[in-house]
Amino acid sequence: MKIYLKIWRQKDATSKGKMVDYTLEGIEGDMSFLEMLDILNEELITKGEEPIEFDHDCREGICGTCSLQINGRPHGPDRFITACQLHMRSFKDGDTITIEPFRAKAFPVIKDLIVDRTAFDRIQQAGGYISVNTSGHTIDANTIPIEKENADDSFYAAACIGCGACVAACKNASAMLFTSAKVSQFALLPQGRVEATDRVLNMVRQMDIEGFGNCTNTGACEIECPKGISLENIARMNREYLSASLKG
Amino acid sequence: MSKLIQSSIARKVVMALSGIFLVLFLALHFTINFTSVISPETFNELSHFMGYNPIVQFLMQPILIAGVVVHFVMGFILEIKNRKARGVKYVQFKGSANAPWVSRNMIYSGAVVLAFLGLHFYDFWLHEMAYKYVEVNPEDPTRYFAETVEKFAPMWRTALYVVSFGLLSLHLWHGFASSFQTMGLNNKYTPAIVNFTKIYAVAIPLGFVFIALYHHFNPIIH
Repeated sequence: MKIYLKIWRQKDATSKGKMVDYTLEGIEGDMSFLEMLDILNEELITKGEEPIEFDHDCREGICGTCSLQINGRPHGPDRFITACQLHMRSFKDGDTITIEPFRAKAFPVIKDLIVDRTAFDRIQQAGGYISVNTSGHTIDANTIPIEKENADDSFYAAACIGCGACVAACKNASAMLFTSAKVSQFALLPQGRVEATDRVLNMVRQMDIEGFGNCTNTGACEIECPKGISLENIARMNREYLSASLKG
Repeated sequence: MSKLIQSSIARKVVMALSGIFLVLFLALHFTINFTSVISPETFNELSHFMGYNPIVQFLMQPILIAGVVVHFVMGFILEIKNRKARGVKYVQFKGSANAPWVSRNMIYSGAVVLAFLGLHFYDFWLHEMAYKYVEVNPEDPTRYFAETVEKFAPMWRTALYVVSFGLLSLHLWHGFASSFQTMGLNNKYTPAIVNFTKIYAVAIPLGFVFIALYHHFNPIIH
């Protein structure tokens, strides 16, 4: 099939970007979205033009690297997938596809479709861990009984791959879903309760420092999350935060 | 406590709590207004009580005004901060694919309601202040019903009421349920709470619209 592409090109972090039109022929439905971009890049290289920079690593929906806004939606039109899991069969012959980087002040564009998402790393570093004494007397985690419901919810929260689709989808560029998933995965387990108060205060403070917007509960993040992270995590983080603030 | 005021979650909580407070006041306001349809005497009695009771006038009224001011000032602050958080806008952004219109346009529905409140304050609150404290008129417990019905005589004011309460309904449709999520309530009771808030968001504004239309089309029978 033949498709028309409008792709964001930006030379570097300080340059002003613009949309550039491309046309690709011979695209098959079984190709992944990133394979389609690979073909476009091969054509550009053959013509002596600068290839389009885009992030990718595992290409199996785990790494959360492929941060593409496709036709106005993070990771494209299908639910519960990342851009690398999107296939060209989701489009039809003659379609025009718009591809942009995830946009947020806290996710500055590095080049073309690549954004700097280290803001997420700094939020994680602010408290997304547990401190364990590994001096030789460490208790096996499996010896601590945990309610099935809590273990499941913690696991679901831990499924967040930090791709940033929640930020990209939110009209406010809020990172509440990401931060709440990282807070929740520990808050639900006894091992995480020890540092729960400091964790939520520090991670929310870092989230605010990074310049993400304020959540207005539109629910767009939950819909666009490739891992189906629930809004329940945001409610849980709010409870944790209010409780921690009143204690502090 | 200072951390609570500066954080994004605290700002959300301020919006939620002030919103819930205003929702509760709306129910009280509706109850009193509705008596104007079924019993003008009761409406006069209740209005006179609200207008002259010192606790209502000098404690509850300032709290209510503060609630309104806090809600809309914080709403505008959040809107400005949220617009800044995006920086460069998307060329294509399909917001309708993942979030309802009402949730994405609270600032506009809220702005219309705020403009309506301006008219409402001019019509009733300023009028009352002038009546009581500027002109220093004597107490008249029978005047409220006739004054209210008279206000709904012009078509333009009644039409503005209808439009404004339509926007208020949209604002409540998202805002009321959203305030529970902000306060951390998302559990097995959430579907029931959400259903209640949706019914409230439609029923109460519809009730206000009914009262306005009733007095507009039935001025003679009074």
